[in-house]
Amino acid sequence: MDFYKEKLLTVITESEIEEHLVEDFDKLGAKGYTISLARGKGEKGIRNAIWSSNSNIKIEIICCPKVCEKIVEFLKANYLKNYAMILFVADVDVLRPSKF
Amino acid sequence: MNIVNPIILFFLFGVIIGLLRIKLCLPRQIYDFVTILLLLSIGLKGGVEMSKLSLGFLFPQIVTALAMGFLLPFIAYPVLRYLGRFSLADSASIAAHYGSVSVGTFAVAISFLISKNIPFEKHMALFLVLLESPAILAGIFLARGFSQKTKWKEVFHEAFLDKGIILMLGGLLIGWIIGPSGALIIKPLFFDMFNSILALFLFEMGLIASSQIGSLKRHALFLIGFGILMPMFSSLIGVLIGCWLGLSIGGMTIFATLAASASYIAVPAAMRISIPEANPTLSIASSLGITFTFNVLVGIPLYYSLAQKVFIILGR
Repeated sequence: MDFYKEKLLTVITESEIEEHLVEDFDKLGAKGYTISLARGKGEKGIRNAIWSSNSNIKIEIICCPKVCEKIVEFLKANYLKNYAMILFVADVDVLRPSKF
Repeated sequence: MNIVNPIILFFLFGVIIGLLRIKLCLPRQIYDFVTILLLLSIGLKGGVEMSKLSLGFLFPQIVTALAMGFLLPFIAYPVLRYLGRFSLADSASIAAHYGSVSVGTFAVAISFLISKNIPFEKHMALFLVLLESPAILAGIFLARGFSQKTKWKEVFHEAFLDKGIILMLGGLLIGWIIGPSGALIIKPLFFDMFNSILALFLFEMGLIASSQIGSLKRHALFLIGFGILMPMFSSLIGVLIGCWLGLSIGGMTIFATLAASASYIAVPAAMRISIPEANPTLSIASSLGITFTFNVLVGIPLYYSLAQKVFIILGR
């Protein structure tokens, strides 16, 4: 089977900024994303999602390295300082590169 | 203390469970459902009563309520900034929370008045809707001034299109259109079950409030003082304005409660977007952990007796 290399960008952050982030991702060239509710503990304390102001989301975006870099730079400039946000990038193999 | 009311006991039950660190909470979807029901019920109740009133009668009250919501943060801000020594962003954000209102506190005040057979103007829900947003604008103004950088379009979106405001506004409109006779068929869920829904809601609020108190840390002492004294001061303003508007003692109590309550849903979300450098833990811990708890347990009966005294002193 033929696989193609793409990037998987995972962002774990505050659920309150979801709408804004999603808009930004669209503008920066992401063709799609998956969002799930998340809870856990980090530098900003336990975020146990018992109500909306205290819940996290995990956004996963598979995209080409160029778009990935653009999004990471954008998040660095606009969100990392003031929001609870963790992001990491991994290499992934996909079957249909045209989808990303 | 407001303790004999079963709704308050549910709240205390939630607080105790939270303090004992017993892992229990309403499932997220149920909590959302209970919140939606509560918001719609409050809107509907207010709307049905509004259908009996004219806009000319309501207009001065609407303008006064909006002005109060916008101006309260300007009182809270210098206290936070110069006495509390908070950063500009934190002071503006916390001040915005205290100018806005809390639906839960409003609902408890309504339930308190009904349980004591104290009459009040039933269109007070209108003020609850109106008072959500002006403080958000005031908070952003305090933090940013008339800066070119402020994205006012986004700000207005956050301030006026919050889900809670939309639900209450929807309820108000539906209630206003259908009137008392039309409301009969939806009465069982939205009207008769109000106190049961509120009890569930307050149980969850108790859990959340107790989980917030521990996060105050460094500023704990100041914020505990602020979280109790600020609502008491605001309630006095609310009572006086309510009296000036010609409200009954019950109406003055609710107006005072609205002035005294601090937001923990609409404002935190708006502040997170508009003043991201403000620390959300500070404002939520004080508005929910301290002020909500204080208002529910002690504040509301206190504001009622304050309203009674002002009513007599001003010879109404």
